[in-house]
Amino acid sequence: MKFKHRPDAVLLLQDGTVFRGKAVGQIGTATGEIAFNTGMYGYQEIFTDPSYYGQMLLLTTSHVGNYGIAADEIESESIKIEGLVCKKFSENYSRPAAVESLQDYFVKNNRVGISDVDTRALTRHIRSQGAMNAIVSSETSDIEELKAKLKEVPSMEGLELSSKVSTKEAFFFGDESASHRVAVLDLGVKKNILRCLAERDCYLNVFPHDASFEEMEKWNPDAYMLSNGPGDPSVMEEQIKTVGKIIDSGKPTFGICLGHQVLALSQGLTTSKMHNGHRGVNHPVKNLATSRCEVTSQNHGFVVDWASAEANENIEITHQHLNDDTLAGIKVLNKNAFSVQYHPESSAGPNDSRYLFDQFINNIKKHKS
Amino acid sequence: MPKDSKIKHVLIIGSGPIIIGQACEFDYSGSQASRSLREEGITVTLINSNPATIMTDPVTADNVYLKPLNPESIAEILDEHAGIDAVLPTMGGQTALNLAMECDDMGIWKDYDVRMIGVDIDAINITEDRQQFRDLMESMGIPMAPQKTAKSFLEGKEIAQEFGFPLCIRASFTLGGTGASLVYDPEKFEKLLDSGLHKSPIHEVMIDKALLGWKEFELELLRDKNDNVIIICSIENFDPMGIHTGDSITVAPAMTLSDRTYQKMRDMAIAMMRRIGDFAGGCNVQFAVSPDEEEEIIAIEINPRVSRSSALASKATGYPIAKIAAKLAIGYTLDELDNQITKSTSAFFEPTLDYVIVKIPRWNFDKFKGSDRELGLQMKSVGEVMGIGRSFQEALQKACQSLEIGRNGMGADGKGINNQDEILESLQHPSWNRLFHIYDAIKMGIPFKTIHDKTKIDFWFLKQIEEMIFFESEIEKYTVDTIPKDVLFTAKQMGYADRQIAHLMGCLESAVYNKREEYNIKRVYKLVDTCAAEFPAKTPFYYSTFEEENESHSSDREKIVVLGSGPNRIGQGIEFDYSCVHGVLAAKECGYETVMINCNPETVSTDFDTADKLYFEPVFWEHIYDIIRHENPVGVIVQLGGQTALKLAEKLTRYGIKVMGTSYESLDLAEDRGQFSNLLAEKEIPYPKFGIVESAEQALELASELGYPLLVRPSYVLGGQKMKIVINDDDLEHHVVNILKAMPGNQILLDHFLDGAIEAEADAICDGEDVYILGIMQHIEPAGIHSGDSYAVLPPYNLGDYVIAQIEDITKTLAVALNTVGLINIQFAVKNDTVYVIEANPRASRTVPFIAKAYREPYVNYAAKVMLGAKKVKDFDFKPHKEGYAIKIPVFSFDKFPNVNKELGPEMKSTGEAIHFIPDLRHNYFRKVYSERNLYLSR
Repeated sequence: MKFKHRPDAVLLLQDGTVFRGKAVGQIGTATGEIAFNTGMYGYQEIFTDPSYYGQMLLLTTSHVGNYGIAADEIESESIKIEGLVCKKFSENYSRPAAVESLQDYFVKNNRVGISDVDTRALTRHIRSQGAMNAIVSSETSDIEELKAKLKEVPSMEGLELSSKVSTKEAFFFGDESASHRVAVLDLGVKKNILRCLAERDCYLNVFPHDASFEEMEKWNPDAYMLSNGPGDPSVMEEQIKTVGKIIDSGKPTFGICLGHQVLALSQGLTTSKMHNGHRGVNHPVKNLATSRCEVTSQNHGFVVDWASAEANENIEITHQHLNDDTLAGIKVLNKNAFSVQYHPESSAGPNDSRYLFDQFINNIKKHKS
Repeated sequence: MPKDSKIKHVLIIGSGPIIIGQACEFDYSGSQASRSLREEGITVTLINSNPATIMTDPVTADNVYLKPLNPESIAEILDEHAGIDAVLPTMGGQTALNLAMECDDMGIWKDYDVRMIGVDIDAINITEDRQQFRDLMESMGIPMAPQKTAKSFLEGKEIAQEFGFPLCIRASFTLGGTGASLVYDPEKFEKLLDSGLHKSPIHEVMIDKALLGWKEFELELLRDKNDNVIIICSIENFDPMGIHTGDSITVAPAMTLSDRTYQKMRDMAIAMMRRIGDFAGGCNVQFAVSPDEEEEIIAIEINPRVSRSSALASKATGYPIAKIAAKLAIGYTLDELDNQITKSTSAFFEPTLDYVIVKIPRWNFDKFKGSDRELGLQMKSVGEVMGIGRSFQEALQKACQSLEIGRNGMGADGKGINNQDEILESLQHPSWNRLFHIYDAIKMGIPFKTIHDKTKIDFWFLKQIEEMIFFESEIEKYTVDTIPKDVLFTAKQMGYADRQIAHLMGCLESAVYNKREEYNIKRVYKLVDTCAAEFPAKTPFYYSTFEEENESHSSDREKIVVLGSGPNRIGQGIEFDYSCVHGVLAAKECGYETVMINCNPETVSTDFDTADKLYFEPVFWEHIYDIIRHENPVGVIVQLGGQTALKLAEKLTRYGIKVMGTSYESLDLAEDRGQFSNLLAEKEIPYPKFGIVESAEQALELASELGYPLLVRPSYVLGGQKMKIVINDDDLEHHVVNILKAMPGNQILLDHFLDGAIEAEADAICDGEDVYILGIMQHIEPAGIHSGDSYAVLPPYNLGDYVIAQIEDITKTLAVALNTVGLINIQFAVKNDTVYVIEANPRASRTVPFIAKAYREPYVNYAAKVMLGAKKVKDFDFKPHKEGYAIKIPVFSFDKFPNVNKELGPEMKSTGEAIHFIPDLRHNYFRKVYSERNLYLSR
């Protein structure tokens, strides 16, 4: 046995900063908006989370790949990140439940990555300079060539991405005989949202991102779930209208992440792009009604403006992010809808906020009685 | 909700003397808690019998009581301070909790109207009574290993029959695993059952089915009164179940856990903490995970207090658990407190790491002859080190470099072994050196599966070590002239020391260093910031690595570096950390920026707000030199960090770095027996006849000249290591051969032993001209027992004026003659009214903190100011509080080694100390100790 040398790779940021490292995954080139996630576990769930579509993902934790890939710990059927930037990448893994290595999984998904990068320096750079586009390549180290390619990548702001990850056809999930029928508007839904609902006695019909309210109503759902997903919510005009109708229908509605943002926009609130977003599994959120705090899983680069929520008399701010006091959850007062900016279904991340699903189910029960 | 304004005066209970299983981590938590409460305007009264602690300093608390930890002392304190309205018993380990419970049973808290904060009695009872705990877990659906309680021998045997072997057997209500053992056969089982029933204070043992080879994890939790809970840190044991967690190599964050299993564990831990009782504070939960596809999680235990692991978790994450736990105990909630590191984000969050820490315990089996060296359920280590790196490999190497066991890291230093049988035996029966033998095993090609089968260590860890060994072959392909930059850079990133790389390429350490300079491969420093750089952090807590960006910027201020004392071990314990902390504070008072270098996670010196800048790094030449080059200090204080720091003085001097205070030449003069004796002779100071030999033959020859009994020891050692008194040729020959086998090439000193002499010692401060004697102590035991193991009485109890005058004279003469600038400790033997000098150490001694506490004066602070040249001895107004006698009581941990007799001699064996004040010599305590003075003396 010998020490395994891996080919060189390079990372170029939009502002011209260059980091060098070793190639992981497929040999090739990838582009996307660079974003860092500070979680220490759950790389598999993160990589397959459709909300990461269009992102070049930087993991701040030192090691990735240690426990390989387990067949069922996925949030969608494929890797959704555009590329990976990390410190130590383990080709060797140790877990009896795993079926393959992260390296093989990347190759199979045709994904490119770079390891052995000074990820801490890069994180600090993004922290101060803000989110920006980036390119990773293990096939060329010609910076000029990469610069040219990077120029072609559009900015995340104003970008609609749900259509890229949403289901093309509506599908069912769960047990048909379950007590509640929930229509899910799939803007890039994570499987665990579906699992969390199915576990709570729901039968789901998952509709594509562009499904109309009328189309969904035909199935006669008891309630609506507005899923997470990637991209800038402010340009999703169709969905904003659809969600407005859903809420006006008075049926219980629960929005998560992008779903929360679209719900907010439908009520006349505004959103904006954050400096570098929230991505990690340690985000502190306070439930303002109960004063209880939750450690939450978050993944968003846009946020609903606090002032716009405060100014709207039909909106109650229910949750607040404790680090930067941004808005983390709302309730539509005269309607049956609430939403949170974070991920109560976690995966990856803590399960502190699962109670929100129970709250949703209660709303459904109340509405039906 | 703000703090509870009814709490105005809190009593904190310390953990007492250092013993195995309860070390200086509780000085760290106690002093942090005290400062945290005083910040809130709360008066703090503190009790601890251990004088070598920072927590018992006037700088830490409002009122300090150096009293025995018993209910009588507590009642006395409460009588004196009617204002005390709450007691915080969670900072002083199991000792403090047990005392708090005892006081509760006696109704003391109720009588004095004192509330217990930070824990509740039910929680202590539930977690300590294994049956109750088990029932509770069962009711919550939390799985535990099959277990039953035996209150009698017969019951125990029946349980064994039911479960089958191997079994784990442990006594209820004990500390550090006392009485816990793994058994594979009925014979041993019966023996242990019997001893377990005796050791448990309630004569009860728990018998579990052993989960040998399961993976072991720990979580550190904090909870506030609103029931908000956060996980501060996840820790994975490199050594699987079967080895006490205090004796396990541990890693944070957990390396081999999937999110799914981790979250299950997190949910269980939170549910457990909420269920055991209603309290606000810290908590530690241990789990085992099956090493198969099921990843079944089993709860092992929960400790509703700040623990050894919380100190480690605090250092590993930067999150000050004790400080926050103290604030939670007085009613704050997590969301209203700031993250102490970023100062801009919330204390309610879970730290995330962008580095890896590896903790390795430090053992001292050499001090316990005949002890069972195999690691098991009972903790045996006396200290620990932590390495921080950007990868597991780097952290592992740095931890190995921190150990001070004569290795340059893990492997690549020519000290490996290649006896296959010995290696295989060691893999299966782990002792202090198993990690090194795993390396040796992989290196010599023992199949991976064999190594895994014998150790049960997770493959991921073993593969990491294997990768390092593969990479060593890459390095070996080159010489220092041909090694490419990327290979050298990768080696440094993996944590290899220049010395190790030099060993692999067959060149000098300096050649590797020069090559690094040529390639511009420099150490950079990264911040421990709790948040993986997501937010800017204000706290100057650094570790080194090899990467692009350096976050540590050297300021324009004049700086002083204080070298810490590394891992605690017998002979070098908490006293030296006490001195280092005071050195830092004194240098700050003199206007310097202070830089602390240490690698011991249990200490106050490595608290992020002790020094202006903390480098959590091995006290290992290469790391120190790089920091010094980066910070460019005025000088380095080596006098306070014990032998660890002191032995670096020579190299510092050679590299032109100023050693503050007493120079290297003087330190060396005192260590070099030949030169030192010449000095004594020149000053007409008596000393025992001695000689230096290099072989057993020379020793026998010299012996006939000096006459028996003889004190035999290697030169340049710590705490009397391998020191022995011999009375005949056979013993002498045997011991000399032993020393030379263990320390080839070492010089050996033979002193004529003054049989029946009285021992005394003095500590003094000297500025090169004037000398002030801090105190003179007389030992109760006769000469022949190491000063660290002796009861010492301050001031002397029966030395005549003439003898004391000689001691004073000699101390003053020697301090000046050695050009001492700072502290000096001199040991004397008194026989027939003649005072002989046994040794002189121009540095902080074990007894300085003791004298400082007894006389209530900040002597280390004074001495540090003298070292820095800021003050002269005559600038201080010495006003010692002299009243009665103070007795230093040595405390041993022999109960952890059932096969070892308590035998004392010239080699130090005590792990800690306590102080006891008596008004006069008629006191019973003194009379009892005095009457037993010959009890344990061995030859």
